Amino acid sequence: MARVAPDPETVSRRHAPSAVGGDLRRFWNLTFTLASTDFRMTYFGSALGYLWSLMQPLLYFSVLYVVFTKIFKVQTNPPVKHYAVYMLTGIILWTFFLQTTSTSVQCLLAREGLLRKMRFPRLVVPLAVALTALFQLGMNFIAVILFAVISGLTPRVSWLELPVLVVLMAILAVGTGMILSCLYIRYRDIAPIWAVAAQILFYGSPVIYTAAKYPGGFVRIALCNPIAAINTQMEHAFVDPTAHSAATVIGGGIRLAIPLGIIFGVFALGLWFFHREAPRIAENL
Amino acid sequence: MSKAFRLPHQQYHTLKERALHPFRSSTFDILQAVDDVNVEIAQGEFFGIIGRNGSGKSTLLKCMAGIYDIDAGRLEVRGRLSPFIELGVGFNMDLTARDNVMINAIMLGLTRKQARQRFDEIIAFAELEDFLDLRLKNYSSGMTVRLAFSVAIQVDAEVLLIDEVLAVGDANFQQKCFDEFQRLKKAGRTILFVTHDMSAIERFCDRAMLLEKGKMLALGEPTAIARRYNELNFGRTVHSHAPETEIEREEQRREVAIVDAWFENTGGERIPAIACGEPCRACVEVHFNSDLEDPIFGFTIRNDVGATIFATTTALDHGPTGSFKAGQTVIVRLDFANWLCPSRYNLTPSIARAGMGADAIDIREDITSLVVHSGHFTGGVVNLPHTFELVRGPAGRPA
Repeated sequence: MARVAPDPETVSRRHAPSAVGGDLRRFWNLTFTLASTDFRMTYFGSALGYLWSLMQPLLYFSVLYVVFTKIFKVQTNPPVKHYAVYMLTGIILWTFFLQTTSTSVQCLLAREGLLRKMRFPRLVVPLAVALTALFQLGMNFIAVILFAVISGLTPRVSWLELPVLVVLMAILAVGTGMILSCLYIRYRDIAPIWAVAAQILFYGSPVIYTAAKYPGGFVRIALCNPIAAINTQMEHAFVDPTAHSAATVIGGGIRLAIPLGIIFGVFALGLWFFHREAPRIAENL
Repeated sequence: MSKAFRLPHQQYHTLKERALHPFRSSTFDILQAVDDVNVEIAQGEFFGIIGRNGSGKSTLLKCMAGIYDIDAGRLEVRGRLSPFIELGVGFNMDLTARDNVMINAIMLGLTRKQARQRFDEIIAFAELEDFLDLRLKNYSSGMTVRLAFSVAIQVDAEVLLIDEVLAVGDANFQQKCFDEFQRLKKAGRTILFVTHDMSAIERFCDRAMLLEKGKMLALGEPTAIARRYNELNFGRTVHSHAPETEIEREEQRREVAIVDAWFENTGGERIPAIACGEPCRACVEVHFNSDLEDPIFGFTIRNDVGATIFATTTALDHGPTGSFKAGQTVIVRLDFANWLCPSRYNLTPSIARAGMGADAIDIREDITSLVVHSGHFTGGVVNLPHTFELVRGPAGRPA
């Protein structure tokens, strides 16, 4: 048997599992397959099936809507135009963030069977979680658009900003998800900690109220919270063009670099952390 | 032509069992699961890895598969690796066979299009055409494994790593699997597999490796390695000498007493186990307390269900044994061709006075035992030396 020089492409010296791997097409195929299977399985076997995924945020929205408009009357001072649409959109965006991050916490453990028996880029797991949530978000947005049109909103060009905001939200959610999933392997306490932290983040961010509710001097600091910035911009671009844009509220477009920096910083940190942990994920589970 | 598969030199693997307390330092034990294994496997080789439970086989395989990182040493793989090390990884019990095949094929690295093209072939191989839309949870375990195997062999990898899969399905499907292995072998794929099935090792492997406590005990020709494995397995548990107290019983009162009995190999080493076919020797040590003329030494070998397999005495096969003085000791050796099939065998030695009457002076039931092992189990009691010959008649004419 003649010994031919091996194809350098197929020689793998660094043999440990990696975060991303070399084959991007396989990476994407795997992520998509896991995500779409998960999405299909979520409401599999329930009588109403997909309707549940619509009803969950809608019911949640209804409860919060009644509480905050009839009891706390948050929409009156200062008045918020199309408060219902604003709140529903905010809740749906938040649901996406919450679903991605809280599912990410235990996603590696949930995929233990795969992680221990199969060689594949580890990042597929949290990314598939985000993609599943993104499918859900896409479906929910159909409801949001319908609701907006029924409420008397007319489609505008600035609605095209919505996908950009979703992408920013997704980057933040995936970044957080990567950090949480790796931390969970070391500290199982992360699950309850994140449950509490997410609640604080939800009520601390302008989702069921608007940024205008913050006391005057505090609002610029509050808008450094990426979720606050995204939601404020969402109100301006989608719900009410007369509402202030995020750039105005934070006091100048240049300051938007702070929430944007946090979004990309969290993502970069998550990527670095996940990349560092990837080779040992299977054995540390 | 040559895509050598190597994983040379020093490969360590540490499993850390961490007991974690929040905000406190962690403690952990270190288990050296794979310790300094050094092997190079050539392209197209069928390589078996055997060892007892917990010997590090699967860990080694996972290191090679790129599932675990290694701690020290070097590991090099040339050629595309199959991503799975076990069958049915990623099967979703709530989905139908149809969906699972597609998902599994994509996990294996096929594209959606390739998976669709090969779908019929996969189902046909698994012989599950009638159960396509059945959810996997309603499948029998054999059907599930058949489906998994059928998908797994579609992989275009040059190096396959397999953990315990040969015993799948019914006899008919097993034969198909074996044929498939032969086909892969002919196609020049490199296959590494972990198994406890010694007949599979002897049947397929070009070489095999025996692991024990993470260390490589032996590497080489599969039959020899399988034998080592059996020795390792039985050698530890069966080393039986009858208890001392029993040996000493009434020794002084008898004219003659059996002091010890054992099996040994032709090299004179005492052995608890031996491979089927290897010549073997039963021995008994006898102490005389008084003078005795021409005593008859007898040996009886029974198998583990108590059936007498073989019995002989010096009166039948040897003739007069001569005279022995008081205080003298003798060791009687019985060499025999080992035609025994795998089982445990007990030796019952006896001593009798000369003459026709079976006047036993000492007899020790089942004083020692020997395990005979082999990769094959035929179900027979003995394995007679044999040869085959086929005598064909003239070509027949259609009736």
